[in-house]
Amino acid sequence: MATKLRAQTKRRHSPTSERRSVQLLLIGIAVAFMAITLVLPLYSVFHEALSKGVGAFFAALGEKDAQAAIRLTLLVAATAVPLNVVFGLAASWAIAKFEFKGKAFLITLIDLPFSVSPVISGLVYVLLFGAGSFLGPFLKSYGIEVLFALPGIVLATIFVTFPFVARELIPLMQDQGTGDEEAALSLGANGWQTFWRVTIPNIKWGLLYGVLLCNARAMGEFGAVAVVSGKIRGQTTTMPLQVEMLYNEYNAAAAFALASMLALLALVTLVLKSVLEWRFGEEIAAGNH
Amino acid sequence: MEVRVQNVRKEFDRFPALHDVSLDIRSGELIALLGPSGSGKTTLLRLIAGLETPTAGKVFFGDTDASEKTVQERNIGFVFQHYALFRHMTILENISFGLKVRPRSSRPPAGEIRRRAMELLDLVQLSGLEKRYPNQLSGGQRQRVALARALAIEPAVLLLDEPFGALDAQVRRELRKWLREIHDRTGHTTVFVTHDQEEALELSDRLCVMSQGKIEQVGTPDSVYDHPTSPFVFGFIGESSELPVTVENNELWVGGRAIGVPAGDAQPGEARLFFRPHDVELVEHDASLAGVVSTNRRVGGTRRVELEIGGAGHLVEVDLPFDHPAGEKTRLAFRPRRWKLFPAV
Amino acid sequence: MSTVASTAPRRAWSFRQPSVIPGFGLTLGFTLTYFSLIILIPLIALAVRSAGLGPEGFWKAATDARVLGSLRVSFVTALIAAGVNVVFGTLIAWVLVRYRFPGRRIFDAIIDLPFALPTAVAGIALTAIYAPNGTVGSLFAPLGWRIAYTPAGIVIAMIFIGLPFVVRTIQPILEEVSHEVEEASATLGANRFQTIIHVIFPSLMPAILTGFALAFARAVGEYGSIIFIAGNIPFVSEIAPLLIYIRLQEFNYVGATVIATVMLLISFALLLAINLIQAWSRRRYGYGN
Repeated sequence: MATKLRAQTKRRHSPTSERRSVQLLLIGIAVAFMAITLVLPLYSVFHEALSKGVGAFFAALGEKDAQAAIRLTLLVAATAVPLNVVFGLAASWAIAKFEFKGKAFLITLIDLPFSVSPVISGLVYVLLFGAGSFLGPFLKSYGIEVLFALPGIVLATIFVTFPFVARELIPLMQDQGTGDEEAALSLGANGWQTFWRVTIPNIKWGLLYGVLLCNARAMGEFGAVAVVSGKIRGQTTTMPLQVEMLYNEYNAAAAFALASMLALLALVTLVLKSVLEWRFGEEIAAGNH
Repeated sequence: MEVRVQNVRKEFDRFPALHDVSLDIRSGELIALLGPSGSGKTTLLRLIAGLETPTAGKVFFGDTDASEKTVQERNIGFVFQHYALFRHMTILENISFGLKVRPRSSRPPAGEIRRRAMELLDLVQLSGLEKRYPNQLSGGQRQRVALARALAIEPAVLLLDEPFGALDAQVRRELRKWLREIHDRTGHTTVFVTHDQEEALELSDRLCVMSQGKIEQVGTPDSVYDHPTSPFVFGFIGESSELPVTVENNELWVGGRAIGVPAGDAQPGEARLFFRPHDVELVEHDASLAGVVSTNRRVGGTRRVELEIGGAGHLVEVDLPFDHPAGEKTRLAFRPRRWKLFPAV
Repeated sequence: MSTVASTAPRRAWSFRQPSVIPGFGLTLGFTLTYFSLIILIPLIALAVRSAGLGPEGFWKAATDARVLGSLRVSFVTALIAAGVNVVFGTLIAWVLVRYRFPGRRIFDAIIDLPFALPTAVAGIALTAIYAPNGTVGSLFAPLGWRIAYTPAGIVIAMIFIGLPFVVRTIQPILEEVSHEVEEASATLGANRFQTIIHVIFPSLMPAILTGFALAFARAVGEYGSIIFIAGNIPFVSEIAPLLIYIRLQEFNYVGATVIATVMLLISFALLLAINLIQAWSRRRYGYGN
């Protein structure tokens, strides 16, 4: 019977699909393209990182400036991500739970930073706080350095990661509507209780998803940070900037060693992201990917 | 075009959807495939269309073995429950599609295609909407476009899968009448799938009742309704009440009492009595089925009474005119006027 | 119900519809303040700086030969990369949605790698691969073809960062195209090729255009992954974001501002185009987000 079945499928493939040979050809092309454009670069990061041996790899990571860069990157992400989470929650609450004029426009505005080149995202803060600006010298007179210092790096990072949490939460919360909150309020809960006990549990996986993407970008941002950091070794160089400096100094192995840490972060992000999508697909997105 | 389905079996991943089904569809008739969901009716329709390939068995269109042909070659018109209109094409483009994709040798000239499409648009009473997009039409209008599109290729057989399933009751009834008219005018051999018995009874020349991948009964709506050949068909088509009875001395007994219904040629022993709630007569003194009224509701022009019969508490329903005096009573005795006896399971 | 409606005051214009849910003022206020501080004021600073030049000064700076050269390099390479991405991105989306093959889920997850991998890491990895002694570069070197340090390298980097935009825009729409529509086409006599060309592709067109625009916009603004592989020769392989960076290093804020303004105007035009495509396709076909 099995052979009979196979014979029939062979004779005629489903009317809404392609012949298996065509399928295999297309799969082959797609997989080859993905392998060359995506997998190969990822592989080469780790390959190059270990090209001078494990000892050199760990030596590069243990180096003083590398350590400082790792610390700075973590600090920047730890500041920028929570701020964007607060913003994302506030924006999605206002947008999803209420009807008001200009809402669609506001949603478009939130996505705006995505269409700004990272270098320009850094540039705007240079113009705002740099020499010749009004704010820069004013703050400097109080001993506050923004440019070529931590605040500038954080600001530029916030700019480029601005939409990540909000754009995850807005469609999700819009999809969930206001029924649950209205029910909680009618049962006597106050606003905060409703938010913490009803809304947050409903959106927790979507929030985590947004945080994940926001964090990956925050730790990896290069262009915007390059413009505002001044690249003072050991002080204002984040991991990606340190990678660049090492690479430009022809210390490729060390550059790749540090880069492999960032690639690992990317991999962990992808794995967690996929797990979230597979396990909680429905609770993450209102069909937006 | 007559269609013969011959000993067709279909399995999806070893799960049998149809067991050895055979059905002769006469040329020009309107036949309904009726059954609950999972009965295999849609699978049978899709096998006729060529959208599925049978695991075993054959489908003939006239004398040609259609099992050897692809869906494109079968020249069938198929109407989907959710219309499946091409959303990026205008109504006119949708209807002309089947003619436009023909190979050059058999494709009519553009003017002819347009003329035919406009004619069909007129047939489905949508003239003037040819430049609209499907998104701009109501559900009923979309389904009419879908039918016009299927008719445009002058199909050998017209197949409709729950064509009114996505529409609301009012539009459904209108379209039902209208489909009958179109069929009478064009005379296509038409097979349609439905789970709605009223739709099947009203619309079809013959109906084919299916259950669990098998054909239960095929016949005209009247004969299926009046002479169901299985408990399933009796229960599925129209209202029915069922009661376990005993056959003894050529008579039916319930709880040790004869109920005044002859057993005919039924074998002595346990049996199941089926009757229609509206097909009963109330009796006073003779042997009858007597029961205690458990609920009593007026439904429009009739009164539906639920009776508890015998000690075992079997519930049956009978219908009375809503103003019948017996509707006030707490006990009722009746005899079915027409009934059917099936062996006990 | 009707009495409530008739006694309710009928206002001609109201900013928002009434709701029992609290927190509108707080969340919208925070959203707008945060947006203004992080995004709006810095962008206005940029606009003010460029407006300060006057039309003539602006025009002179914008039409500087090196500026025009960098814009040309950026736009031409981005156009090519987005074109390549549309072809392969559509194919990949098709294969991932329609076919089942081992490793499909892994490839589906890895599509997002360019979102997660820091651009600087991608940049040095691509350079390592496409340099004359790299894995791929060494295959082409004997033919006299150089990829890294030429505009071809820029295109490679832009393909890498733009690919997920195309795939992720088309995928959900392709999943939405109902099987029934393809079956309908087949029953009407269309062969598989006709169905794909006349039925499936037209319904994907808005998504393909959107994906193209997104990939293009991202490629034009991209900095980190390109500068390592580009070679950065003025008029040949110097992209506009790099020229902004160079101007800043020279403390030539005016020059940087002008290039940034031109790029921003173009990306906002693109953003507008994307929104128009989507609004149009939603109105016309009732889908396409």
